[in-house]
Parts: sequence; C-alpha cells; structure tokens
Amino acid sequence: MSIWLQIVLALVAIGLGAWVLRFAGQKATGNKPFFRDMPISVAFGYVLGAAAVIWGIGFYFHPGATFFRWAVQGFVGFAIAAYVFRLFGRHVGTQGTKKLFRGMPLTASFGILTILIYAVVAIFAGLIAPYGQEEILGQANVVPGGDVAFGGNPQFPLGTDQIGRDILSRLIYGAQNTVGIAFATTCLAFFLGGTFGFLAATLGGWLDQALSRSVDVLMAIPALIFALLLMTIASVWSTKLGIPLTYFMVLIIAVIDSTRVFRLSRAVGQNIVVMDYIEAAKLRGEGLAYLIFREILPNATAPLLAEFGLRFCFVFLTIASLSFLGVGIQPPLADWGTMVRDLSQFINFAAFAPRVASAPLLAAGAIALLTVAVNFVVDWMLHKSSGLKE
Amino acid sequence: MSALVEINDLWIEGRSDEQWNPIINGASLSLNKGEVLGLIGESGAGKSTLGLAAMGFTRDGVRISGGSVRFDGIDLVNASAAVKRELLGKRIAYVAQSAAASFNPAHRLIDQHTEAPVQHGVQSKAESQADGIELYRRLRLPNPDEIGFRYPHQVSGGQLQRAMTAMAMSCRPDLIIFDEPTTALDVTTQIEVLASIRDIVEQFDTAAIYITHDLAVVAQMADRIKVLLKGDEVEEAETREMLSSPKEDYTKSLWAVRSFQRKQKAPAIAGATPVIRVKNVNASYGKVPVLHDVSFDIHEGRTVAVVGESGSGKSTAARCITGLLPPRSGHIEFDGEVLPLDYRKRSKMQLRQAQMIYQMADTALNPRKTIGELIGRPVEFYMGLKGAEKRKRVEHLLEEIELEPSQYFHRLPSELSGGQKQRIGIARALAAEPKFIICDEVTSALDQLVAEGILKLLAKLQDSLGLSYMFITHDLATVKSIADEVVVMKDGRVVEHGPKDEMFRPPHHPYTDLLLSSVPEMDPDWLTNLLAERGIDNIGDAAVDKM
Repeated sequence: MSIWLQIVLALVAIGLGAWVLRFAGQKATGNKPFFRDMPISVAFGYVLGAAAVIWGIGFYFHPGATFFRWAVQGFVGFAIAAYVFRLFGRHVGTQGTKKLFRGMPLTASFGILTILIYAVVAIFAGLIAPYGQEEILGQANVVPGGDVAFGGNPQFPLGTDQIGRDILSRLIYGAQNTVGIAFATTCLAFFLGGTFGFLAATLGGWLDQALSRSVDVLMAIPALIFALLLMTIASVWSTKLGIPLTYFMVLIIAVIDSTRVFRLSRAVGQNIVVMDYIEAAKLRGEGLAYLIFREILPNATAPLLAEFGLRFCFVFLTIASLSFLGVGIQPPLADWGTMVRDLSQFINFAAFAPRVASAPLLAAGAIALLTVAVNFVVDWMLHKSSGLKE
Repeated sequence: MSALVEINDLWIEGRSDEQWNPIINGASLSLNKGEVLGLIGESGAGKSTLGLAAMGFTRDGVRISGGSVRFDGIDLVNASAAVKRELLGKRIAYVAQSAAASFNPAHRLIDQHTEAPVQHGVQSKAESQADGIELYRRLRLPNPDEIGFRYPHQVSGGQLQRAMTAMAMSCRPDLIIFDEPTTALDVTTQIEVLASIRDIVEQFDTAAIYITHDLAVVAQMADRIKVLLKGDEVEEAETREMLSSPKEDYTKSLWAVRSFQRKQKAPAIAGATPVIRVKNVNASYGKVPVLHDVSFDIHEGRTVAVVGESGSGKSTAARCITGLLPPRSGHIEFDGEVLPLDYRKRSKMQLRQAQMIYQMADTALNPRKTIGELIGRPVEFYMGLKGAEKRKRVEHLLEEIELEPSQYFHRLPSELSGGQKQRIGIARALAAEPKFIICDEVTSALDQLVAEGILKLLAKLQDSLGLSYMFITHDLATVKSIADEVVVMKDGRVVEHGPKDEMFRPPHHPYTDLLLSSVPEMDPDWLTNLLAERGIDNIGDAAVDKM
C-alpha cells in the first residue's frame, strides 16, 4: 500500500471520527451549544489531536525512540516542577507575591523557575562545578549518561569533550560567561538605543533625522557579517591595546543591536509624546530629562520589556554564533556556542548511537531552554500590563 | 399581533477581576414593528449592552445569565450560530457610534454596502449597488451617484454616519439598533443625520432601538423612552408623557440638568487691563492658515466662552495663547505685559499664570502616576514645597475639588471615573495658583449629570479664587449656563463677540443663528418644526456651506 493511500485513508477515518464525535456529543449532551455549533473542521481538529496523543503514547514505548522519550520526560518533568514552584509561590511570601502567583500561567512559572536556576548556577558557578572549566582530565570523549555499559563514566555524568574537559563543569561556567555577557550587552544596547530613541522622539527635527538616517545605514548592513567584520578589526586592536576582546565584543554587539532598540523606542516615544500629559508637562516648563525619564519612560516600559526579552535572546544567539565562528568568547573560557561547535561532528552518530550524538545537544539545549523561558516570562508580563489598561 | 422584539427579565453579566459582575438586572422591553424605542442613561448604565442583547449578541467577556430575547418568535439566547447568521445583517442591523472607526478604510463605501445583501442572497451585486445609490439619495447625501465609490477617509463624519445607516438599510431589516449615532458630531451636522435617520425609518416602517445619553435627541427620534440606571430599569413611557411628567426622581434629575445657570455678573469695567488680550493673531499649520486676525479680551474673574464647530479654530486660538503654536503675527498680552510667542521662551512665572484643562482627562493625566504625584508635581515645581508641606497642599487641593484626600491620594487615574479624572485635571491646574485657565471642551466627554457637577465646581472656584476662564466648547447649553461673554468663531475668524445676553438675543450673525437653532430642544416637535422652517435642502451642513 502506497504512503499516499495510507494518508488519504487516515484522513477519511479522522473525518468520519469527527462526524461521529459531533453526533454523539449532540445526543449525549442534549444539543448543548458546544456541540450544536461545532463546525466539522473543529471536530476534525479534536479527533486529529486525540489520534496524535494516542500515537505519541505508543511511540513512547518504542525501543528506538530515545530522543522522543527524553523530550517527553523533560516536558513532563518541567511541567511538574513549574506547577510545584507556583504552588510554593502561592503559599509562601507576602500578600503581593501570593497574588502575583495566583494569576500566573504555568508557562510563566516555568520561565521564572528556569531563569532563577540559570541565575543561581551562573553566580555560584565556582562552587557548583565539580571541575574547573579549563581543567583537562584524563579521558577524552566520554559518552554522556554515566552508564559504563554505553562507554560512560559516573565521575563525568555528562561526559567529557574531545580534549577531556568535563562537560557539566563547562556548561555551568558557560552560564556565567555566555549569559552574563549577553545580559550586559543587552543592557548597554537598551541604554544606548533607548536614550537616543526617546531623544529623537521628543526633540524631533534635524536631530531625529540625523539619528534615524545613521541608524538606517547601520541596519542596512547584515548584522552578523557586520559584527564579524568589526570583530576581526577589534582582534587586532585588542592585542595592540591589551584590552580583552570580550569588551570589544560587548560594545560591538550592543551598538548593532541598539539600532533595533532605537527604532522601537522612537516609535513608542512618538506615540507618547503627542499625549496631552506631555503637553501639560512641557507647558509647565519641565526639562528634557524629566520629560524623558519621568513622563515617557514609565509609559514605555511594557513594549520595551517585551523587546528586552527578545533582544536578550538575539544577543545571546549572536554571541553563540560568533563563538561558533571562532571570533567570540575565546578559549579556554567555556561558552555554549563554542561547545556546540567543538562537538558538532558527533551529531552524525544520531542514527546508531543516540547517547554519543547528544553531546553537542547539551549546550544547544541550554541555549534553547533559556530562550524559551525568557520569552514565556515576557509574554506573561506583556499580557499583564495590557490587561491593566482595560 | 405579537411584538417584533420581546425581551423578558433579561440578566447580563460581565467578567472582570476574575468574577462575574451584573450589568443588566432583569430588564424587559417589547417593540412593535415600525416603532422607535429610545434607551437613555449615563455611561455604564448598560444601554449599549441591552441594545446588543436585542440582537442576541454579547461582547467578549459578557454573558446572558437569565431571561429571554425573542425576535419575531425566535429565541435568540439559545439560537444556534447558523440561525443568528441568517438573521443578523438581514433582518437585524446595527449602526455604531463612530462610523469612521466602523468602516473598513481599505474598501470603498459601496463595496461594503453590497456585502450583506450579496452574502445573504437578497440581491445581486449590481442590484444592490443601484439600491445603495437610491438609499444615498433618500438619505440626502451629496452626489449620491458617486459618493459610494469613495473611500471612508474621503467623506465627512456626518456623511459617513448616513452611509452607515444606508448600509444598515441595505437588506431592509425589520429592526435597526442605533448606538449613539450622533454623539461624535457637531450640532449642525447632527441635525442632518437625525432628520435622515428619522425619515428612512418612517419610510420603510422599520423598528428601531435608539441608544443615546442626549435627552433632547431622543425626544426627536423615539415613540417611547426607557430610562436605565446602572443596569436597572427606572421607567418607561411614551415620549410626550415622559417629557411632560416623569415619575421617578432619577428621571427628573436628568431632565433638570440643563437648568444650571450661574448668576449674572456686573459688566467688566471699561478700560481695565484684561488678564489676557489676544490681538490681531494670525496663525497657520505649515502653509495652511487657520486663524485670521483674531482678537478678544478676557477680564479678571470672568468666563469667556469660545464657540464654533470643529475646525473653526477655537482650539488653535488656545494653542496660540499657551505658546504651543507661535502665531505668525499679532501678540498675546498677559496683565498688560506682552508674552513671548513661543512657550519655551516664557519664564516659569509666565507659564504658571496660565494653565490648561484638557478635553480628554484620559490622555491628560499620565496613567503611570498616582493622584498625589500628578497634583504634587506642579506644587513642587512652582512653589518649591516638599515632603509634608507638599502633601498638605495636595490634600487641600483635593478637598477643594471635592474628593476625599485619604481615599484618592494613592490611586492611579485608571481607578477613577471620568468625572473624577476631570476634577484631578482641575486640581493640577489649580496647583500652579494661576490667574487664568483655559478649559478645552472639558465637559464634552462627560455625562450630563457629571458635566453639571464640573461646571458648578468651576463656577465655585472662580468665585472664591477670582480665576478667569477661556471656555472652549461647541455645546451652547454649556455656554448658557457658565459664560459671561461669548466669542463665536467660524473658519478661523471671530464672527461675533459680546456679552452673553446680547448673543442669545436676536439679531444674530447668520452663523450664530444657525448654531443656536441647531441645538436640540426637549420639545418632541422641535426637529419637525425646524426642518419645516429651514426647508428640506437647507439643513445642517448644507446650510453652513451656503454661507
């Protein structure tokens, strides 16, 4: 039987199932609006979803589905952790924080928990990590999992890399380096972009033109290539001046990213500047600093925060990409981007040795998890701040 | 014969703060074919919710929790989506408050007009187009043959509102719900829309529910009136009976609102230095001139009302006085001293003396600041008061605007009602201890009862503090109640200027006359008489254009 025939048959079966579902629902509930007004397409969606769940449960017990099993276990584990964390928040703390946790979706609680864990790991990296980030231990290429039968070693629960450094320790130090630098860079980008953006919005005229046009020029150059170019120049300067290359990297990425922040804060600022309360403040004779920081900024926090979350992820990925390309955070400092690059060849073993192939995925997973967590929290904050306005 | 619409003991709830709060508490109404029912009440009375419920529709987060809605025998509360789809647009139509916001700006009027008849299979596209042009003609839109082929932004507000009424008529529905269709319009435009709505409803024998907060308007339109207060039904009666002998106290208070009248002041002493003198001011936005040789004086302790319809330049005159829009020529004097034209060149003292209260308190108060901060800032900025002294002054100001200080000091503007917000705007202006305040349409966004409270407060403050007001408004009832002198503006020119009594006594400038006669009166025959007097082609916009 050809694959196409199978697909068609499956679709027909699901369609039939949908009709049966709706009909049975109508009969069972005595024609409640939920079933009565249900279009066949929605019923189709329900049945398809149910079929996918059943297939997923079946596949979970399939012996070859190692990655799938890990993913499901991780998902369920995180969900439980997030739920427990939210429960904890609802019963411990002040009246204010309890109220905050009561209205919190599970995604946001997951995001906050994850960010907290990352922060603790990054701050106390020296205490938590079992080995040093530069320490070369005896065995190279130990398989993650710590299971001797598959070539692991319980001393190195996540294995060691190609020159025998402990991956767990490097992941922990990587949190410090990568996340710390990304955070500093994002803050700098927001300081630059926000200040100039609000200035352009408030003053307008030639200043706005000059700033906006220069930003347009900077934005016209592809960001990664521009960063690569500047980093190459900076690497010469850094040796000449004796300043670590990392400082240059922070500055370069911050300037490139501040152009995006500038665009946003200028647009948001322009919407706020036309409000009557700004006019009232101007007529009162208030200075520029008061206007920007006391009148405009408090009303621009919601979109800026959302952008901060996204921008942080982009900066973070840019640093990882630069490190992957070899001009970012320099060895022997541990960095997630570099770790992915160093171990990337192992991905070819995925078909027959999933444990070996998972080595480069550890650092990549750490990046992905933080990105998702930050965005969950930002989404929730945005929802909250937009809800307050109603 | 049973009624067309029958609403019986209807309960509606809305969801906020994670619980269901009642919006309508057991309202009932019935409407026969060809009858017009007026629904009136303040904002938040639930009149729009009830109007929408008559279509079997509730907004998001709102649900019908009890009672029944029957349209021509069909139970709309439990009707399936398919049944409602068949009714809405075809037999029941809705005209929204702001036609400008309700038309899709990307499509021509006629294409939006034909959508419902074609969808419902009533007419073909070509038939519907021809019918639309015929409806435009009946609604007395200018150039009915081609106006439909314009985009919404190419048509004026009053014309859009009529085009929307035509659109609602496209399937010849049995019921139309008008949700404040003239609230956003000038008085002269309003007449035209009212007249055409009334005619077309009569011609097609359509039943209508007319929602408004303006009693004078509803008196012209409705056969019966129903008064709502906070979701409760107050009373219902035939229009004439309701107007002549309202039974409930609340209804009487609504009727009495327009009676506020402050006592006449002695005329200003001739030759005294005015607080504000506007002299031969010409101003323009870019290359477009908006003010032509505008001059008027405002004397101490007096209120000068500046009236005119939108676009007449009254707000621009205020912007010239404050210095936001430096005039091209002419000058502004304060207490005999010539002010710099640009506000940036004025001293702190000069800025302090002239304050402004805005139309929309929502946008005039920074939503992220508490009441204490909002009022405290000018106190600190101009008077240099800090800490406990500042707090004392703010509390005193709050008492002056009749709000309890301990209760409001830490609130945000979003936690206040519209009238309270406007009071905070007044307190912020007072905090600077000015001699002169510009009130820009301060009551036009408020309900009548609330607006009256604001007017009384402003009058009281004027008496106790000797303030001078420049009162910008398009509502002549407000002018009657508060002004000492009136300046009438049209197309950026002052067309008439003088004490109030003189202005309201003939002979007038023809434009003043038009404005005065366009203000709806409580008499149900007012519109009919006015139309007869002016002649059918000479109402509203058309009359303005002829001058």
